[in-house]
Amino acid sequence: MGVNNTDSDKTQEEEQKDLPKVVLFRPPPAFSLIGEESFASNKFHFLKTYDSQLPLDQFLSTHSHSIKAILSSGNAPVNADILQLLPEVGVVVTTSAGLNQIDIPECRRRGIKIANAGYVYSADVADMAVGLLIDVLRKVSASDRYVRQGLWAAKGNYPLGSKLSGKRAGIVGLGNIGYEVAKRLEAFGCFVSYNSRKKKPNVSYPFYHDVCELAANCDALIICCGLSDETRHMINKQVLSALGKEGVIVNIGRGAIIDEKEMVRCLMQGEIAGAGLDVFENEPNVPKEFFAMDNVVLSPHRAVFTPESLKDLSQLVVGNLEAFLSNKPLLSEYVDSE
Amino acid sequence: MESIGVLMTCPLHDPYLVEQLEKRFTLFKFHSIPDKAHFLNSNKASIRAVVGSASAGADAKLIHQLPNLEIVSSFSVGLDKIDLAKCRERGIRVTNTPDVLTDDVADLAIGLMLAVLRRLCQSDRYVRSGQWKRGEYKLTTKFTGKSVGIIGLGRIGLAIAKRAEAFSCPISYHTRAEKSDVKYKYYPSVVELAANCQILVVACALTEETRHIINREVINALGPKGVLINIGRGPHVDEPELVSALVEGRLGGAGLDVFQDEPNVPEELFGLENVVLLPHVGSGTMETRKEMADLVVGNLEAHFLNKPLLTPVL
Repeated sequence: MGVNNTDSDKTQEEEQKDLPKVVLFRPPPAFSLIGEESFASNKFHFLKTYDSQLPLDQFLSTHSHSIKAILSSGNAPVNADILQLLPEVGVVVTTSAGLNQIDIPECRRRGIKIANAGYVYSADVADMAVGLLIDVLRKVSASDRYVRQGLWAAKGNYPLGSKLSGKRAGIVGLGNIGYEVAKRLEAFGCFVSYNSRKKKPNVSYPFYHDVCELAANCDALIICCGLSDETRHMINKQVLSALGKEGVIVNIGRGAIIDEKEMVRCLMQGEIAGAGLDVFENEPNVPKEFFAMDNVVLSPHRAVFTPESLKDLSQLVVGNLEAFLSNKPLLSEYVDSE
Repeated sequence: MESIGVLMTCPLHDPYLVEQLEKRFTLFKFHSIPDKAHFLNSNKASIRAVVGSASAGADAKLIHQLPNLEIVSSFSVGLDKIDLAKCRERGIRVTNTPDVLTDDVADLAIGLMLAVLRRLCQSDRYVRSGQWKRGEYKLTTKFTGKSVGIIGLGRIGLAIAKRAEAFSCPISYHTRAEKSDVKYKYYPSVVELAANCQILVVACALTEETRHIINREVINALGPKGVLINIGRGPHVDEPELVSALVEGRLGGAGLDVFQDEPNVPEELFGLENVVLLPHVGSGTMETRKEMADLVVGNLEAHFLNKPLLTPVL
């Protein structure tokens, strides 16, 4: 085992007690999906606040001296109050790609490093974005529903869809995920352009500084950016109006990037042609108006949940924690990009 | 040209095509005629063209009943509903709609792969049912990197390969003879191809040789983790075998745009999560159907004006 101890009478449990602790406030989805064993290590021990009867602050004060790291996930925020109680924490590792649940300035202030899921999900999320786009344009889910209800035989052919090849795809956020989406859509003959905080060097796609202008110049808007104060409700009435009657929107970022009420209204009035959504403002609540619409495709925030990616994730999480604890560079450190 | 009789043998619902044909010719819609034998007897002399599609074309019997038939123009790229030998014998020209629908069909093939592996239709049903609760998660299968085996490497097969490559999918294929100018791995038999890929796509023409090319042996070789995608023709697949393999779990999943007896789809499939069932929409976009219609009409016009045909097969 990894503990230097010459006292051979120590039990395994006691040995574990000597290990540095990683605290969790909620079980990450990956624990139930691929098993907690995938995240085990002989270099650290998980301390789960959700398994304890103690009130949170009491639990944390009791163990604070040995808690060196936090394992966060989308459903387990890390805010200033929590960090206040954990002075020994040097790193927050999250199972999510997104970081909107972490108080990043507070972590910076305290010299706490942050590591996220890096690129392990990028392919899966990009695949989902393309899948949702094809589904909306070609009415895959809607016509599958039609067939299963016996309507093909009873009512005849399903209404025509819209061709993907040759469409202009506007990517909002050209990070790793956005780039993977762009690469895939090019193979379908789409013309890719993008909006990002700053123009990316070495990228040949046309850049639009203003997301409204991007929307006005594309047929499909694909949201691939993270959620921050700047991007909250960035896709608003003006942007949707610029996207227009024939335009569709796909969101695999975070629900709150889009003004959801406004999007619902636009869809109901036919001001945009359709939407493919893996994320919503108030999950698991989804606007009921969607349920009657054939031109939207709905997914319950599962873009990253494949055994392949979660296995890669577990190795990355363990790798990040072990690296931190042995003073090595993190494998997927989050650094504020320009 | 208004006196030229054109018989539309397929139950086409395409208003643009019908409108364009009616502008130029005397159009007869065979499907909606109750006494077909009587109709043919009375009108056969004036019928000089047939417009067919994937659902109905011109078989030997019909060709025999139309002594003045000069051209069959199909609203499809597939020619399986046309008796080509009979047309050749009679000197009847045949045209189809290649190239214009290649992208749509290839796009849909990938769309089906993503929908099956990532359970998009099932997810959509789940959310619509109002059952999505916090803390409920479900795994689906990653698409990127999966090996894709393509039967038939014509225009559509190549377009599918190009798209799948963007998802880092290793590509392999089977055709009658190995293609020298292609970098993908070749398998001399469909069974071997099925045994060596995770997603098998049918993208070849339907002929006597390729009927039931997907049979029990191939399905078993593809296996419980394998997925079949059919954007060819229903008869490419031994449908009862496919249904039992899916129901029994011997095949991992299927994305089907075509069926043995359209528009009838085996009801045993309706309850399965690992299948996606589409009503033959491979070329079903506004953009492509217009291009296809323009080709059908363009070919007919060219023929009757003694100009070179646009997309002749015969």
